[in-house]
Amino acid sequence: MTDTEVVGLTRSEMAARAALDIPDGAYVNLGIGIPEMVAGYVPEGREVIYHTENGLLGMGPSPEEGTGDPELINAGKRQVTAIDGASFFHHADSFVMIRGGHIDLCVLGALQVAQNGDLANWSTGGPDAIPAVGGAMDLVAGVKTIHVITQHTTRAGEPKLVGACTYPLTSPGVVDRIYTDLAVIDVVDDAFQVVELSPGVNFDYVKEHTAGELLPIPPDVLEVE
Amino acid sequence: MIDKRVTSADDAVADIVDGATVMVGGFGEAGSPIELIHALIDQGSTGLTVVNNNTGSGEVGLAALIKAGRVAKMICSYPRTANSTVFPELYRSGKTALDLVPQGTLAERIRAGGAGIPAFYTATSVGTPLEEGKERRTIEGRDYVLEYGLTADFALIKCVRADYHGNLVFNKTARNFAPVMATAARTTIVQTVEVVSPGGLDPECVVTPGIFVDRIVTVSDPALESELVAQGVSYP
Repeated sequence: MTDTEVVGLTRSEMAARAALDIPDGAYVNLGIGIPEMVAGYVPEGREVIYHTENGLLGMGPSPEEGTGDPELINAGKRQVTAIDGASFFHHADSFVMIRGGHIDLCVLGALQVAQNGDLANWSTGGPDAIPAVGGAMDLVAGVKTIHVITQHTTRAGEPKLVGACTYPLTSPGVVDRIYTDLAVIDVVDDAFQVVELSPGVNFDYVKEHTAGELLPIPPDVLEVE
Repeated sequence: MIDKRVTSADDAVADIVDGATVMVGGFGEAGSPIELIHALIDQGSTGLTVVNNNTGSGEVGLAALIKAGRVAKMICSYPRTANSTVFPELYRSGKTALDLVPQGTLAERIRAGGAGIPAFYTATSVGTPLEEGKERRTIEGRDYVLEYGLTADFALIKCVRADYHGNLVFNKTARNFAPVMATAARTTIVQTVEVVSPGGLDPECVVTPGIFVDRIVTVSDPALESELVAQGVSYP
């Protein structure tokens, strides 16, 4: 393979793959970036309610040009809409939903994920970095299931799936599943378990780009075409 | 007779003293009481500790208060936002201190402060750098850290409609921290788009009961932070 060849899924294909695993009837919080795109790919026939931690349950898509309200925004401070049946609430109630275990699923980005499920996604810990955490630590500590969407490596080609995080943690041992451009990977028993390879990607290629312990697809699981 | 209306934003913030702790509502520009903040800049008090989720944007509102050198310490969850350039400079030069608090912990600390709860345990921040210096306790097999309730001398918040007893109704996601801040401050100052007489709000729909509110200022056409930033406005 040459460096210019595109391997694996695009950002929107990653979002679409993650959307397949969102169950009907779920209350879901989506992080900023690729996770935000997931809402657009949930299969028809499933009703999913989106929560945004700044006080809205029942978040809809971006408003049409010129119809938005600057006081109706998501956690990324972008204008959104409210669906029929939505509700507004204050911040303490919003985090009651999160910390109290009422939100079923959170999909968010990552700087690093360790093979024991540790997540680092808020700071690179650089001496000149302005630390900013937002709601990330509350979300991963409180939401029942944590899914991560991330490129498999950094722009510089460094693995983001690692044996142990070198960046400051958001929370230890919280990640359940990771969707990358190369594979779908579960965190099991202190290892990365590949459950699905992206089209045209083989296990050895994923292993080459992973720093932690990576287990191949178990033989009893059929590879998805 | 109860009538919490004051004639101007300037009058409303006149007694905020140097060194006061001031909670400021808003998540980004949604709910930011920009006219009250500008009145506070004009008023001149300094050495303030300010509680807000962010640190403002551009050079208006909260960012302008920080830029004017009035804020000794920010307590917030996310000081990095698009167009947020004022705070990073002052933070790096050591002129403004930062107490970084996870967003849900910040909301609950304010709620607890307003509710007379001195402290509580939460799993948020366990095993992270933000746990440093906090008491840890294991409860039913899970680790938690002790967080303290947060109160303030003043809260500055924005709503869309109030009656002059201080009952408040908010606009969409502009509600955010305002209702809990109103409970946690000794003096809560509200800017509202509209004031009605008692009876003009449906009691079933009141979000903040008037007992938590001290002063109401009508700002019928509040400025929008993003519009001011787009126009390149620098306050004052």
